[in-house]
Amino acid sequence: MDRNQMQLKIACLRKSFFDEGFLDEQFIQLEDLQDDVNPNFVEEIVGSFYGDSVRLLRNLELSLEKRPFDFCKLENYMHLFKSSSSSIGAIKVKRECTRFQDYCKAGNAEGCISSYQQVKQEHAILRRKLETYFKLARQAA
Amino acid sequence: MNLGVKSGSMPSSSSHGSTQQFPAGLRVLVVDDDPTCLMILEKMLRTCHYEATKCNRAEIALSLLRENRNGFDIVLSDVHMPDMDGFKLLEYIGLEMDLPVIMMSADDSKNVVMKGVTHGACDYLIKPVRLEALKNIWQHVVRKRKHVWKDIEQSGSVEDGKLQQQLPDDADYLSSANEGSWRNSKRKKDEEEDAEDRDDDTSSLKKPRVVWSVELHQQFVAAANQLGIDKAVPKKILELMNVPGLTRENVASHLQKYRLYLRRLSGQHQNALNGSFMGNPEATYGSISSFNDLELQAYAASGQLPAQNLAALQAAAFGRSSTKSVVSPLDQRNLFSFETPKLRFGEGQQQHMSNSKQVNFLHGIPTNMEPKQLANFHQAANSFGINMQVGSHGSQGNSLMMQMAQPQSRSQIQNDINGSYVSRLPSSIGQPVVSNGTSRVLTRPVYNQVSQTSPVAGFSAQHTTDLSRNSFPLRGNSGISSLASKVIPREETSMQIKGPQGGSNYDVFTAQQQQQQHKSQDWNLQNSGLAFDTSQQANMRGNLDVSQSTLVQQTFLSRDAIEQSRNSSVLPSVLLQQGFSSSGHSSSSSFGKGIFSGVEEIGHRNVPNIGQQLNAYFTDTSPRVKAEMLEGSFYNNILPDQYDQEDLMSALLKHQQEGIVTVENDFDFDGYPLDNLPV
Repeated sequence: MDRNQMQLKIACLRKSFFDEGFLDEQFIQLEDLQDDVNPNFVEEIVGSFYGDSVRLLRNLELSLEKRPFDFCKLENYMHLFKSSSSSIGAIKVKRECTRFQDYCKAGNAEGCISSYQQVKQEHAILRRKLETYFKLARQAA
Repeated sequence: MNLGVKSGSMPSSSSHGSTQQFPAGLRVLVVDDDPTCLMILEKMLRTCHYEATKCNRAEIALSLLRENRNGFDIVLSDVHMPDMDGFKLLEYIGLEMDLPVIMMSADDSKNVVMKGVTHGACDYLIKPVRLEALKNIWQHVVRKRKHVWKDIEQSGSVEDGKLQQQLPDDADYLSSANEGSWRNSKRKKDEEEDAEDRDDDTSSLKKPRVVWSVELHQQFVAAANQLGIDKAVPKKILELMNVPGLTRENVASHLQKYRLYLRRLSGQHQNALNGSFMGNPEATYGSISSFNDLELQAYAASGQLPAQNLAALQAAAFGRSSTKSVVSPLDQRNLFSFETPKLRFGEGQQQHMSNSKQVNFLHGIPTNMEPKQLANFHQAANSFGINMQVGSHGSQGNSLMMQMAQPQSRSQIQNDINGSYVSRLPSSIGQPVVSNGTSRVLTRPVYNQVSQTSPVAGFSAQHTTDLSRNSFPLRGNSGISSLASKVIPREETSMQIKGPQGGSNYDVFTAQQQQQQHKSQDWNLQNSGLAFDTSQQANMRGNLDVSQSTLVQQTFLSRDAIEQSRNSSVLPSVLLQQGFSSSGHSSSSSFGKGIFSGVEEIGHRNVPNIGQQLNAYFTDTSPRVKAEMLEGSFYNNILPDQYDQEDLMSALLKHQQEGIVTVENDFDFDGYPLDNLPV
């Protein structure tokens, strides 16, 4: 694949993120921040997010194993995760987080569990996509 | 973990970034536990040409801020942080450093945003934060500075230290600001202000700087308590206080500090308050203990805290077994100084005090005084910068003193003391001398002591009567009673004896710490002074009934000392010792011993042979300091009739009633030390 094609592919992939609602404008903000000083800024940020999110998800899982649920704590943990996700523009993940928080507020344990699974899933999907994206970007560069 | 990593795309040499066009170079501290957010924010800030410092822990942020008092212009903080609630951090910053703080959170619910408002956040940003939002944060800096300027200009704001330093820079800083934006923000600010502020704003009169005297603070506290400390708002407090010339801003800033103090008090954040607080690097808002003392004293004085509580609080604050005394006289010093050194001083003294019981403020205020009275005395003493410490023998001293005092003729004692003193005066610095504030005492040549001009090292005409302005009713007589003040030997204390000028009169024994600067306050005992008539010596001698072996020492903290300690973290130690020769005859030697011991450096003093002697020393306070300094009841008991008691007593009584003695002129507490408190 020549360079142009590569770049085209990258552009399409990127566009799909927005079209499919995986990422929002915040991601563009990150891209705008990327400059000569930090040429791989976006990738660094995403990498940082995923590295840190593992920890946050772990806290959530541990809390979800406890019975009965400490909804307050769960909500707080999810808030942190949500905040982090929103900072990279992971809007789908963020939406799931909000749903989880709503279940917490309602004290709906089952809802919490199921929405947590959703969060985790979206989180993983986005991760794969972004990894592909960056990999291509590096190749094209 | 990022610990305050500083990053700036532009090299800015000056900490104010004044080399760059405003708002470039704005120094931002960003606090967030989320490393991703932190990185993003830092990058964004740098893109705005701000100087960003990252911090992922609130505690670290606080210490950063405290260490670099003027190192930052604005703070960005997340709301949800593991180690400290963002709002709490907001409060601390607002109180201690008075920096604009912007809160951030992914939570956009109204109540959280409202919380930010009520806690004093300048702004609230919803995450994810956009670059555009960060671009305008400089407006908060400008707004705050403008507000502060106005405050200073009009009413002598308490944020002097820091702001004054900043102001010159700010002037440049802001002048280069975008005129339009600045004007906009100014306009906006005006609109936001209420009528009261507007009036202040339009007024270009320079009002005298507000000095938060003890009295004023008491009024403030009373008003605040009346309103309920949680509900106390500056406006209402101002109304309640009804002090002409006081502005809402003064009250507001004072209230901020007061709140912080209360918080500290309850939280016993003794360790948290290190470093400089408000502006003034010298002022230590810092040690909570000192703060506690200060406030405690104020409380006690205002009767809001029962003396016992006060003592208990103090004790707690100091981590000591509770002192029964009301307030360590030493601590009173803290009343006007928030410096940590003061605290140390206080602590040091407390150590001496150990089991101190009564605190004798003014020259051995009689123990028969009620704690509250004592507290009042404290206040009075404080205002006079008299710091009396109670030695371990202290409590006994009071009664003893009382006993002692009476039979004796003051003058004799004084004479003797003086004489001995003189003879013994070491060249080294001695102990603080109690200055008898009574003009009468001072001027009356009660003492005819050997004058030690220069010979006595440590005598310096310069020595202002750091020591107590207390006028010992030593008017030559048995000011011993007054002399029978308790002194807590302090290691740090160095006593300097003020040499009487020529003649054989000892004027004042001023004890100062060596480090103390001498202010040319007129504590000069030199000329005025406790001059004891030699003629009276005989009397004194005769009356000296030194059966007591109570060592009474007083520490008088002269205003200078206070100020000095306030400013220079030097704790003046004023010791006044009175000694009574055990034999009752005022043999100079024995007397001198007592005195001498009093004079000796506290560091190594052990009152030789004195055991518990009362050393008399007198400081000549300027005539200005009068009997006001003396508290009535004490003098009632102590002052012998020989003294011209009329004035003294009446003055004392008057003051006692008043509770707080207002010191004239000399005492100008430049700004309530609290104001300088860092906080």
